[in-house]
Amino acid sequence: MTPPAAPDALLVIVPAYNEEGAIAGVVESIRQYVPGVPVLVIDDGSLDATAERARNAGAEVLPLPHHLGLGGCVQAGYKLAFELGFEYVIRVDGDGQHDARDIPRVLEKLKTTGCEMVIGSRFLNSTGAQTGLVRWLGICMFRLVLRPILGKPVRDPTSGFVGVNRRALQVFSRSFPLEYPEIETLVVLQRRRFRFEEVPCKMRPRLAGRSSITALKSLYYIAHVLLGVFVNVLKFEGRLRRAAESRPEQGD
Amino acid sequence: MDRLLNVTTGLSVLLLILVLGSLRRAHIRVEYSVSWLAAGVALLVLSRNQAFLQAMARKLGLVDAPVALLMIAGAVFLLMFFRFSVIISHLRDDNIALAQRVAILEYHIRSLQSGNGN
Repeated sequence: MTPPAAPDALLVIVPAYNEEGAIAGVVESIRQYVPGVPVLVIDDGSLDATAERARNAGAEVLPLPHHLGLGGCVQAGYKLAFELGFEYVIRVDGDGQHDARDIPRVLEKLKTTGCEMVIGSRFLNSTGAQTGLVRWLGICMFRLVLRPILGKPVRDPTSGFVGVNRRALQVFSRSFPLEYPEIETLVVLQRRRFRFEEVPCKMRPRLAGRSSITALKSLYYIAHVLLGVFVNVLKFEGRLRRAAESRPEQGD
Repeated sequence: MDRLLNVTTGLSVLLLILVLGSLRRAHIRVEYSVSWLAAGVALLVLSRNQAFLQAMARKLGLVDAPVALLMIAGAVFLLMFFRFSVIISHLRDDNIALAQRVAILEYHIRSLQSGNGN
């Protein structure tokens, strides 16, 4: 993949871990519905043939030396995209749950609104929401927690279908939540006065394999994300306070 | 009481031997052995100095000196575990950043080798 010639170039990144059953379909679907756009699969140390299948399907592959987890994997893609000079990056999951036909809508929203991040939301219309009761309750709880922090409602805070522009890319390539990035990312962006929007998108069942999320992991996820959100808020409040304290001294 | 203190003395000596042995075989780095050696020496001194231990127990409002020793040992080990958690967190962050850099550099090298590079 060469640095893009167009100033508003888009890169689609696909973080993948042991997705040999689904990855080829995901890449082919992206190439079909968004032709001419480079696709970068970040292989997070898969033990199966994910990288080979992605390459054969026509994607560029960034193989990580070992398993880093979702945040580290996505951030590697953001770093490479930033270094190569891409203006927009859209992340699509490697399990085939996101519909590549929604990519142009996310890109359009990024371009027309100028906001730093666009989330593909399952819940903005009634067509694509396929989620279990426990997960649905978790999402409702996160909505309630995030509403006062973000200053606006977010319908699908756990969506992995996300587009960002270069300003967000610059921030994320320096600092990115490493384990469960979706929700913390929103807080990081908001605290930098960046804006986000949501567009409706469809969510399909996985193309292959099984989700690794168990009931116990869901509880750990909720605790981990809540802690991460509050730490980010506290860090920001601390920075604001220090800035406010240093202002009168600078004035002297 | 004496028996418990003797057991603690034995464990302290065992800990010191283990850490020094690991240091000699380079299984543990010097900077990470200091905490363990300090904990071992502290336990050894406390378990052999009953007067000091009883004074500590009185200060802590405890009847039994050995309980004071166990409390102090527990606190020391908790602090050490916290210190190592901080170290591990830093190492993990560094490890992720390094792995990402290696992957990106390898990607650039492959691009250059295939004549496709920038």
